[in-house]
Amino acid sequence: MYHKTTGYRIFNVFNTCFLILLAVLCIIPLIHVLAVSLSAKSAADANLVGLWPVGFSFEAYKKTAANPLFLHSLWVSVLRTVVGTAITLLITFLAAYALSKENSVFKGRNVYSWIFVFSMIFNGGLVPFYIVIQKLGLINTFWVLVLPGAVNTFLVILMLNFFRGIPKELEEAALIDGAGHFRTLFSIFLPISMPSIATVALFSMVFHWNSWFDGLLYLNNAKDFPLATFLQTVIIQQDMSSMSVNPKEMELISQTTVKAAQIFIGSAPILIVYPFLQKYFVKGMTVGSVKG
Amino acid sequence: MRTLRKTWPFHLMLLPAMIFLILFSYIPMGGIVMAFQDYKPWLGIGGSEWIGLDNFRYLFEREDSVQVIWNTLFIAVLKLVFNLIVPFVFAILLNEIRKTALQRGIQTLVYLPHFLSWVILGGILIDLLATGGLVNRFLGFFGLGPYFFLGDNDWFRFTVILSDIWKEFGYSTIIFLAALAGIDPSQYEAAEIDGATRLKQTLHITVPSLIPILMVVGTLALGNVLNAGFDQIFNLYNPLVYEKGDIIDTFVYRTAILNGEMGFGTAIGLFKSVISMVLILISYRLAYKWAGYRIF
Repeated sequence: MYHKTTGYRIFNVFNTCFLILLAVLCIIPLIHVLAVSLSAKSAADANLVGLWPVGFSFEAYKKTAANPLFLHSLWVSVLRTVVGTAITLLITFLAAYALSKENSVFKGRNVYSWIFVFSMIFNGGLVPFYIVIQKLGLINTFWVLVLPGAVNTFLVILMLNFFRGIPKELEEAALIDGAGHFRTLFSIFLPISMPSIATVALFSMVFHWNSWFDGLLYLNNAKDFPLATFLQTVIIQQDMSSMSVNPKEMELISQTTVKAAQIFIGSAPILIVYPFLQKYFVKGMTVGSVKG
Repeated sequence: MRTLRKTWPFHLMLLPAMIFLILFSYIPMGGIVMAFQDYKPWLGIGGSEWIGLDNFRYLFEREDSVQVIWNTLFIAVLKLVFNLIVPFVFAILLNEIRKTALQRGIQTLVYLPHFLSWVILGGILIDLLATGGLVNRFLGFFGLGPYFFLGDNDWFRFTVILSDIWKEFGYSTIIFLAALAGIDPSQYEAAEIDGATRLKQTLHITVPSLIPILMVVGTLALGNVLNAGFDQIFNLYNPLVYEKGDIIDTFVYRTAILNGEMGFGTAIGLFKSVISMVLILISYRLAYKWAGYRIF
């Protein structure tokens, strides 16, 4: 047994330590941000905070919670995530059902498949896309955050593969009993598709919560920004010219501790859904990959 | 029309998706004609002057755009290679840990950065990598630094590639772990009887069993040769590092959206899209041939 040899035991100790170290490296940055956000302003400004708060204080969170611009962007993010995910789910659910049919049952399926796939492998690039958004009158509206990304071919394929795994007899029985395809989809498929619906919903939620570029590109007023765009502007660009805030407020937003608090609040929803994500995304990641 | 009587529900179900795809994928594809125009917003596509391939000629004559293409290739290829090797090795090492709880715990932590956006991670990294930040203070203990990780051209590339590996290696491990779980245990048992050490078992059973999936992942990644990671670069770069850190996507954003060179921006975008498409088609073809991989 190789487990019992001295060489393997030594390797095992080193290997375990090494992997634990790597794993810790993956969350150290988040812990640091949390520590800074809970520290006193003076300690944070002097770069004294490592992985534990120095001069424990909730001040940064109080200030963040008192900033109407931050709160509003938080609301926009919640709204876009809920509305966007709902739209994506409905469209994906319907499209995946139709595409999961055999060619013999649904003539024309191949044409649709190609329309989906081609949209995945070719795109017109940023500039034409921007102009189309402009011509559709979506600039500076909430809908620019939810409509353009509503169809994601990857998610359609994910759900389609799930539907393919459902025994055909189930559907045949329903059709023989006189139910139409819509009825079959909503009363037979829907209840048993919860795992795949959860997967698609989680992917879509993460996408929406993290999206920041669309807000930056298509929204001119900082008061319409979702949280990710707000954070990008305040923390990365450090440019508050679009926000029409007075110098006092500006100083407040750009404090080290307040920045850290904002970053942490921005990542909190991901951390909260993370246990659920982990349960489902493995399926999503391996979809279509190892089948013969 | 008889078939339509039976299949209309399917067409109806696909209608919403089709509307969205046409509006947000196919109509913008039509916009690529701008790449052959001296596009002026006030004249529109119908009224702007046609200039043939001038935008593309310009693309290869301008020093900055050639540099940008080179930067993109450099960063993207290195990311691609390391994002294959690191997860591959990590998965094999992780598989050696027999305590399930510990293995799970490590997995939970390493997958996490994948789900955080580059805005969040960029904000954190800018703080951590500052001259007085945690990393430079740590290196200071060993008498090293301070280094300008995000302000020096060579360090910037290094930082971008390393931080991308840091964000993605865990998540990329999943597919290899799935393949590892699928290896027939009797192979190891047979090797055990023959007296093979664990290292030998790894080299002669584990690695060869993972090669097919490594090939598939590698070929499929080919389509990203011109994707150096817009989100990451945009949130980490600054004018100091444009020389070696600017990539096609960030360059398009600045020239087209900020400076208004719409026709030129479209041309670069088209250049990228066409090359990527060709690479994707080739890679899918190869992945299908070698491993029977299919997306649909």
